[in-house]
Parts: sequence; structure tokens; C-alpha cells
Amino acid sequence: MTMSSDEQKERREEKLVMDAGDIARAVTRIAHEILERNKGVQALGLVGIRTGGVYLAHRLVKRIQEIESASVPIGELDITLYRDDLSLRKEQPILRKTSVPFDISDKIIVLVDDVLFTGRTIRAAMDGLIDLGRPAEIQLAVLVDRGHRQLPIKANYIGKNLPTAREENVQVLLEESGEDDRVVILKP
Amino acid sequence: MSLKRKDLLSLAPLSVDEVKLLLETADSFKEVTGREIKKVPALRGRTVVNLFFEPSTRTRTSFELAAKRLSADVINFSPSSSSVVKGETLLDTARNIEAMQADIIVLRHPSAGAAETLARGVKSSVINAGDGWHEHPTQGLLDLYTIRDRGLSFEGLRVAIVGDVAHSRVARSNIHALVKLGAEVRLVGPPTMMPFEVKKLGVRVYYNFDEALQGAQVIMMLRLQLERQGKALFPTIREYARLYGLTTERVKIADPGAIVMHPGPINRGVEIAPEVADSLSSVILDQVANGVAVRMGILYLLSGAS
Repeated sequence: MTMSSDEQKERREEKLVMDAGDIARAVTRIAHEILERNKGVQALGLVGIRTGGVYLAHRLVKRIQEIESASVPIGELDITLYRDDLSLRKEQPILRKTSVPFDISDKIIVLVDDVLFTGRTIRAAMDGLIDLGRPAEIQLAVLVDRGHRQLPIKANYIGKNLPTAREENVQVLLEESGEDDRVVILKP
Repeated sequence: MSLKRKDLLSLAPLSVDEVKLLLETADSFKEVTGREIKKVPALRGRTVVNLFFEPSTRTRTSFELAAKRLSADVINFSPSSSSVVKGETLLDTARNIEAMQADIIVLRHPSAGAAETLARGVKSSVINAGDGWHEHPTQGLLDLYTIRDRGLSFEGLRVAIVGDVAHSRVARSNIHALVKLGAEVRLVGPPTMMPFEVKKLGVRVYYNFDEALQGAQVIMMLRLQLERQGKALFPTIREYARLYGLTTERVKIADPGAIVMHPGPINRGVEIAPEVADSLSSVILDQVANGVAVRMGILYLLSGAS
């Protein structure tokens, strides 16, 4: 995170696995799937996990708006305080604010993240969410599922299943953070 | 960036980035304290010890609440109920506490430098909750947070700090941090209450309250320590109240949007008129509420694994 993207490009070989078009089509499909599964936007709310998940959640809400002409409430979740490795870290990670400006109780909440890997982030996100209220249901949407789960967690909506090696680094780069939209694997 | 410190002893040595990190971290905890379930698991399994050698309800309770809302275990330790009366030294007391695996020790002590001495002697993190006339860094940070929370920015901000500056650790912490952040700090009070090092602080000194209030955006009142009256710092309380008490008329001299602050406990009718303390420009209770969020942030940032 501390390296600029230029430095990363120089130091590591990247392999493109999704381009801007692939990402846009995946977002569109997931938007349709969310609407189909939940029969519209009734009681629906999206919560993005900081930082990548927040950008994707905003894109999904925009797409849903275009498809259904209905708005869906959106929230942003910082899971840092719920991490299971906090007591092991020497320096505490920077906090970014959680902001869920609607009542999640009795709502169907779709958690949105960019990459699903060990599942630990999602475990933390579910704990964080439940501290804010009692949703009727929590679903999970991710742009990339790269496998290697360490917890029994499964996504409901997946942009792309991506077989990877454990030590590889999958990065979702988005325009919102000043990159060209793409998903890459960085070789270790 | 992250906070690469074991302890929080004073605001004077902090960089601007460190102060900003502490304030921004408090934002996240303010959101937590606004929830129905005001608790996060971040400090589960950690132990925080409040070691208070001076009476304090507000600060101790604030730290206790902050630690509990982070899911830490909290022990309150005060000398009247401890071995200190039996002659144990500060360091020995602290080492005993450390042997009980305290991760963070919050120290309030009547001697300046006590927190630093303790921090050098123990592996636990130490937070200074007020040491003599030296500093009260967490109060300083919650004051800064309250100013920022009111939408005021520090660069060029006109702040009047009024009263017994010399004997105020709250004032000293605020002066260091505000000057660092680019504020224009004005100290107001009788000459007997100005600190010796005033020329080195980068502040302006006023003996006339009304002059100092011209254009002030923040009026920070200090508690008149009535117990000091015997030390000939001021002739009578009535005279002090007339010269340096904040009244509704005086608030009108300041900037129209000026906020009134006080670290508490307030002496109504002495340094602050009751109608000012209860007015809309008073943020005294916001300071107390923000104190918990700011202290949660400090506990969180200092709780990295050792």
C-alpha cells in the first residue's frame, strides 16, 4: 500500500486477469443477480467494505438504479476494529470511518468486497454489521473469488472465480483510486 | 502513517502528523459511541490500569468508559486504598501492576515528570492523565477535537486561553498543540498567573481580557484553583471574577461564532458566568462527550503488540 503503482509495476510482474470491460460486465451481471434473487429492491441495502468494496458497492447501486429505477441505501464499513489479528500487530492500522446511514435491522444487506480470499475480512465484517443492528439476511458479493478459504464462508455473487497460488497477490485496481480499471495478479 | 510510540506523555514532542492521526482516529470512535451498541472488540484481552494519585472523577471515568467500550479489562487503582500510604515508591507500585500484565497504565500524579519516569521504568504503555503543572495531553487532544468538530480549522485560529495559565497543565498541552497547528494563541490573566517560559511558547500575552477577546474564535477558560488563593496570586475572588470572569457582555466582544470551552469542573460565577456556561456557544459538555472517543483512539493506537 505504501508503494506507488509505478514502483509496483517496476518491481513486480503483473498478469492481467480482468480489464475495464470485464469489470463493467461483471458489475452489471451481479446487479441483475441481486435483483433477481431478492425480487427487486424491497428491504435491500448495500454495504461496501473499505476501500475497494465501497467503490464497487457504489457502482452496483448505480447499476441497480439504472435497471430498476429505484434507489438502494448504501453504507461503508471499516472492519479494522473487528480484525482477528489486532493483538498480534506491532502498529495498529489506520482507521477509516464506518458510515452506515440507514437502519440495517430487518433489511437484506449485501456486503460488497473486491477480493474474497481467506474469509477473515468477511467474518470481521459480519461481526461489525451485527453490532449496528439485526439484518434479516446478509449476502455477499465479490468481484473476485481467489479461493484459499480459512473460514467456512461462501459468496452469493461472484464476478470471477480465479484460481491462484497462495503466495500470489491479487489486486483490484479501480478508477476511484486513480488507476485504470483492472484486476491483476502480482507475482511474488 | 501509524503512531510509533510506546507512550503518550505530552503533546510538546508530537509532530503535526501525529496530532492529526490522533484526531482522525477519534472520528472512528465517535461513530462507535453514537451507536446503540457502543462497544467494539478491538482491545479484547488487554488490561488497562488507571493509576490515580490525585482525586479525579471526570478523567478517570472517561478513561474507564473508553477502555470498556474497546472491550479491555479495567482496574482502578488509587493511593488511598493501596500500599502507597505504606511508603511504596511510584515505580515499585507500577512494577507490581505490570507484573499483573497490565498493557496500558493511565497515570495521574501531582508531580511534573512522573509519567515520564514511569514510562522509562516499565514495559507497559503509559498515558499521562495529568502530571503536576506539566501536561494533560488527553485533555489537550479532546479540546482540539472539539474545536475541529465545530468546523473550525487551526491555521490562523484565534484562541484565548484565560486564567491561571502558569499552574495549568491543560493550558500547557493546549498551547503546545495549538501553536504547532498554526493557531494564534493569546494568553490572558494577571501577571502572577503567567508561566515563566511564556516568551518561548510562541504566544501573545494579554493582561486585559477585553483586548484579548477581540476577534477570538475560541475562548478557553481555565478553572480558578480556589485553593491557591492563599498564595497571593490574586487579591480577592471578586476582583478576579470582575477582571477575568467570562460574562455574556464579554462573549459579545469575541467573534460572533466564538465557542466557549472549559476543562471542568467549573466555578459558576467566578471564571464563568452561569448564563455563559449554559449558553449555545458553550461546548463544555461536548468536550466531555468527545473525551471518551478521543481516549478510545489513544488507547487503540498505543495498544499495538509489544
